[in-house]
Amino acid sequence: MTSTNYINADYGIWSWLLTKDHKRIAILYLVSITAMFLLGGLFALMIRLELLTPAGDLVSADTYNKLFTMHGIVMVFFFLIPSIPAVLGNFLIPMMIGARDLAFPRLNLASWYLFVVGALFALYAIFTGGVDTGWTFYTPYSTAAAHTNVIPAALGIFINGFSSILTGLNFIVTIHRMRAPGLTWFRLPLFVWAHYATSIIFILGTPVIAITILLVAVERAFHFGIFDPTLGGDPVLFQHLFWFYSHPAVYIMILPSMGIVSELITCFSRKVIFGYGFVAVSSMAIAVLGFLVWGHHLFLSGQSVYASLIFSVLSFLVAIPSAVKVFNWTATLYRGSIEFAAPMIYALGFIGLFTIGGLTGLFLATLGFDVHVHDTYFVVAHFHYIMVGGAIMGYLGGIHYWWPKISGRMYPEWPARIGAATIFVGFNLTFFPQFLAGYLGMPRRYHMYPPEFQVLNVMSTAGATILGVGYLLPLTYLLWSLRYGKVAPDNPWRATGLEWQTPSPPPTENFATTPVVTEGAYAYSDMHEAEFI
Amino acid sequence: MSAGHAHAAARGHSAERAYAHQFDSAEHQHGAAQLGMWVFIAQEILFFGGLFVAYTVYRFMYPAAFAQSSHHLDVVLGSFNTAVLIASSLTMALAVHGAQLGKRWAQVIFLLATIFLGCVFLGVKTIEYGHKFHEHLIPGPNFLFDGDARHAQIFFSLYFVMTGLHALHMVIGIAVLGVLVWRAARGAYGSAYYSPVELTGLYWHFVDIVWIFLFPLLYLIGRH
Amino acid sequence: MLERLGLLPPQASTVALQTDMLYAFLVAISVFFAVLIAVAVIAFSVMYRRRSENDVTPYIHGSTALEIAWSVIPLGVAMVMFGWGAHLFVTLKRPPDDALQVNVVGKQWMWKIQHLEGRREINELHVPLGRPVKLTLTSEDVIHSFYVPAFRIKQDAVPGRYTTAWFEATRIGSYHLFCAEYCGTMHSGMIGKVIVMDPADYQAWLTSGAAVPVAAGAAADGAGPNLAAAGKDLFEQKGCLTCHQPGSVLGPQLAGIVGHSVELQDGTTVTVDDDYLRESILTPAAKLVKGFAPVMPTFKGQLTEEQVMQLIAYIKSLGPSAGTAGAAAGTGKTGS
Repeated sequence: MTSTNYINADYGIWSWLLTKDHKRIAILYLVSITAMFLLGGLFALMIRLELLTPAGDLVSADTYNKLFTMHGIVMVFFFLIPSIPAVLGNFLIPMMIGARDLAFPRLNLASWYLFVVGALFALYAIFTGGVDTGWTFYTPYSTAAAHTNVIPAALGIFINGFSSILTGLNFIVTIHRMRAPGLTWFRLPLFVWAHYATSIIFILGTPVIAITILLVAVERAFHFGIFDPTLGGDPVLFQHLFWFYSHPAVYIMILPSMGIVSELITCFSRKVIFGYGFVAVSSMAIAVLGFLVWGHHLFLSGQSVYASLIFSVLSFLVAIPSAVKVFNWTATLYRGSIEFAAPMIYALGFIGLFTIGGLTGLFLATLGFDVHVHDTYFVVAHFHYIMVGGAIMGYLGGIHYWWPKISGRMYPEWPARIGAATIFVGFNLTFFPQFLAGYLGMPRRYHMYPPEFQVLNVMSTAGATILGVGYLLPLTYLLWSLRYGKVAPDNPWRATGLEWQTPSPPPTENFATTPVVTEGAYAYSDMHEAEFI
Repeated sequence: MSAGHAHAAARGHSAERAYAHQFDSAEHQHGAAQLGMWVFIAQEILFFGGLFVAYTVYRFMYPAAFAQSSHHLDVVLGSFNTAVLIASSLTMALAVHGAQLGKRWAQVIFLLATIFLGCVFLGVKTIEYGHKFHEHLIPGPNFLFDGDARHAQIFFSLYFVMTGLHALHMVIGIAVLGVLVWRAARGAYGSAYYSPVELTGLYWHFVDIVWIFLFPLLYLIGRH
Repeated sequence: MLERLGLLPPQASTVALQTDMLYAFLVAISVFFAVLIAVAVIAFSVMYRRRSENDVTPYIHGSTALEIAWSVIPLGVAMVMFGWGAHLFVTLKRPPDDALQVNVVGKQWMWKIQHLEGRREINELHVPLGRPVKLTLTSEDVIHSFYVPAFRIKQDAVPGRYTTAWFEATRIGSYHLFCAEYCGTMHSGMIGKVIVMDPADYQAWLTSGAAVPVAAGAAADGAGPNLAAAGKDLFEQKGCLTCHQPGSVLGPQLAGIVGHSVELQDGTTVTVDDDYLRESILTPAAKLVKGFAPVMPTFKGQLTEEQVMQLIAYIKSLGPSAGTAGAAAGTGKTGS
C-alpha cells in the first residue's frame, strides 16, 4: 500500500517539528512521554533496589530522597497526566467525532512545545543536582529548608501546566464545536466523554497548581512570606491549594483510562455498553466531585474536625460513580462474545486492579483508619493501584488497540498477551505487599527501615523486576512491528467508531468526506432489544 | 453510520478562504474561537483564584495587620489607575466596534488609545512600586513596618504577587494589541473577519475586571 | 494471632483494638465486593468466550433498576464506613480530661520531649501503663509527623501552631516511634522509641536522671525542675514581670486568664488557649488586647519552642488567686 497517509505525507524533521496535524503531534507526545517514562522507571528501579535491605547501603540518604522526588515529579507531571490525553486523546478525538483536526492545531503544537520546555526545566533540575522535596513540595520544607533545585523544578511544572491547560481548552472547544452532523452528545464514544470530563479538570484545576507552585518559587527566591511560618505564613494553606489540584489530577489520570476501557470492553465482547448514560454521566460526576474532596489529604494536618468530617463524607460520594462504572463494565460482558486479544486482557486487568485501588481508597477516606495508615506504604500501594494499575493498564491497552490505526501495522498477538499477563503479575507482586507493610507501620519516603519490614520489601522489589520486564516487552515488540509487523487492515477489530472508517494509517485530513452519524456508539449487537437476565 | 456529502465543498483549496481547513465556515471558526477564549478566561479566573483564596485566608487571620498595611497604599494613585483602566475598556470596546463595522482607522486609533492607557496604568504602577521600595515595604530581609510587621509582610507579599501578575497580564495584552494595530492598519480586519480584535477585547476586559476586584481588596480595607 | 503472623503491628493502646476492628470490617467489605466482581468477570469470560467470528450478541442497553441498586447499596455501605471511621476519629481527637500532659517538639531530625514534671528526653518517650497521655506537638522547622504504629496514632507537628494527640497504653514494652511526614535528608533517621512502663517504675523514672541547668534552652536529656517552674524562671529572666505583674497597667494580667475570652483592639474576642498565648509571646502585635498599647517586644528568635511551652505551662499554673488585682482587671473583659 502506498497511499498517502499522515506519516508519509511529508518528510524531514521540520515536517514533524512544525506540524499542525493532531496525529503527528500525538506521535511527538508519544515519543517524548515514553522517554520520560523510561527515566521515571529508572528512578523507580533504583528506589526498589535500595529498599532490598533495611540499611541505607546502596545510595546515600540525600540521593534516595532525590530519587523518589524525581520519580514522582517525572511520572506524575511528565508521564501520567499527559499520557492518555496528549497521545491517544490527541490522535483519536478528532477522528472519533468525524473532524479534520482539533479546533486549534497551532495551539496544539504550542502545547507540545510547552511540554518540552517544562520537561527541559525539570531535566535541568534533575541533572544539575536534583530535587529532594517529594513531588508534593510541602512547605516550609520546599521554601525554607531544602537546598536543592526546587525553583527550576517548580518552573518546569508551572510551564508544563499550561501545556495541560491548552490541551484541555482545545479538547473542550473541539468536542463542543467540531462534531460531525448527527453526532449528538449521547452518541459520543465514552472515550470522548471521558476526555471532556478530564479537560474540565485541566481547565479548572491546573491553574491553581500553577499559581501555587509559582508562589513556592517566589517565596524561595525573594523571601516573600506566603507559606513559611517564620515569615508569618501558613504552611497548611499550601497543602489546601496543592491538593485542590493534585487530587483532581488523579482523575486526570484515571478518567481517560476508564474511557479506553469502555471502548475495549464493548469491542472485544461485541456488545453495546451496559448503561451508556450512567457511564457517561459518571465521568462528569467524578470530575465535579473530585474538586470537593482535597481535604482528605489533610486529616492529620491540624485541619478542624468538622472540615475533616465533611471531606470524608464527600470522598465516599466520589466512590459511587466509580463503582457504577465497574458494575456496568462487568454487566457489559454478560452474554457477549468475548475475545481475549491483548487489549482486552489489559482492560480486564484494569477492572481488577482498579477495584482494589478504589476499595482501598475507601479505607483512606475512613477518618479513624486514615490516622494509622496516612503517609505509610498503605497509601503508596493504594495510589499505585490507581495510577499504575489503573491509568497505565488502560494506556497500554489503548496503545495496543489503536496501534494498527496509528502505525498501520499489527502488533504480534502472543508476545502482547504474555506482556499483559507479566505486567499484571509483576504489578500485584510489587504493590500488594506494600498494603501489608503500610498497615504494619512502615512510613513512606524512608531510606532505611526497621528489619521486620524486609520480607515484604524484598517481595516488592522482586515484583518490580518482573514489572520492569513487562514494560520493556511492549516497547520492544511495538518497535519491531513498525518494520516487521503485519500490515494492518482499516478495521482489524471489526469495531464501530468513526476512527475505524478511515484508512490505516489515516490521511492527513482524516476523512475524505465528512461522515454523517445516524446511530449511537457501540452498535455491535443484534439490534433487537433483549432483557437483562 | 454512513458517509456524508455535506461539507465536502468547504474543503476546496481556494486562496481567499477566510477560515482554517478544519472548519466548515467562517462562522464555525468564529464560534470556536469565541468559546476557546471563554474557556481560557475560566482558566484565568482559577489562576487568580488561588491568590484570592490566600488573600481571604490571611485577611481573616490577621485583619488588623491587613488594615494597617492597606493604609500604606496610595489611594489617589490607585483610584486614578482604576479610572484609567475603565477608560481603556471603553476604548477597547470602541476598537472592536470599529473592526465589526470595517472602519480601519477608527480601529487603529482606538487600539492605540487602549495601548496608551495601558502604558499609563503600568507607569503609575511603577511609581507606586518605587514608593514601596523607598519605604522598605518590599517583603524580605529589608522589610520595615511599624506595627505587626510579620503579618504586614504577608499583605505586601500578596500585594506584589497579585498586582505583579495583573501587570504581567497587561504587558501581554499590550503586546497583543501592538500586533493588532499593525495588522489592522494593513486592513486585516473587517466585518467578515474580526475575531482577533474581539477576543483580545474579551481578554482585556477580563484583565480590567481583575483590577476591579484587586483595587478595593488591597487599597480600601480598613477605611471608613 | 495476626500479630504473630506479622500482619498486624503490636496492639498496645486502647484505640489499637478499635482501629483493628475497623480494619477487619473494611477488609471484609472489600473482599466481598472484589470477589463479587472477580467472580462475575471470570464467569462471564468463560461462559461467553467467543466461539465463532459470527457470534451474535443481544442488545442490552441497560437497566435503571440495576443502576439504582448498585449505586444505592454501595452508598449505604460507604456511609456505614464513614460513620464508624468518624466515630473513631472523634475519639482520637478528644483526650480525656485527666490525661497526663507531655510536650513534643519536632526538629530536623529528632523528637524533643518534655514531661510536665520536668524530665526531658530525645527520641524516647516514657509513659505509664493504663493512663491517658495527651501530647501537645509543634515543630521548630518543617512539618514532622509523630507516629506510633503500635498505638495506631499519628499527628503532624506543624511549625507555628500546636496540634494534639492522645493515647492510653495497654501493654508494657518498647515500641517504634516514627516521623511520618517527609522532613529532609535524615527523615528515616528521625525515629525513636515509646517505652510503656509500670506506673510505679514510671514514677521512679520521672525523678531519676541527671539534673539539667534551670531553663536551659538547649535540648538535653535528664531531669529538671518541673515545666511551670522552668517557665517561672524564664518569665523573670526575660523581664516579663515588668509589665505583667499584678497591678501593672502596661500589660494584661495573666493569672487565671487561660480558658477565658478577651476582647481585642478591633472589638473581636478571642479565647485564651495555648495557640493564642504562643502567638502573643512571639508576635505580640497580632492580636492586641483592648486597652493596651503595642509596647511588648517580640520574643521571636529569642525563645525556643520548648521554652515557649515552659512559659505557657507557667501561665497556666497561675491560679486565679495568684493575681491579687484579678486577671480581669486589665482587660475588664474576662468572659465566662
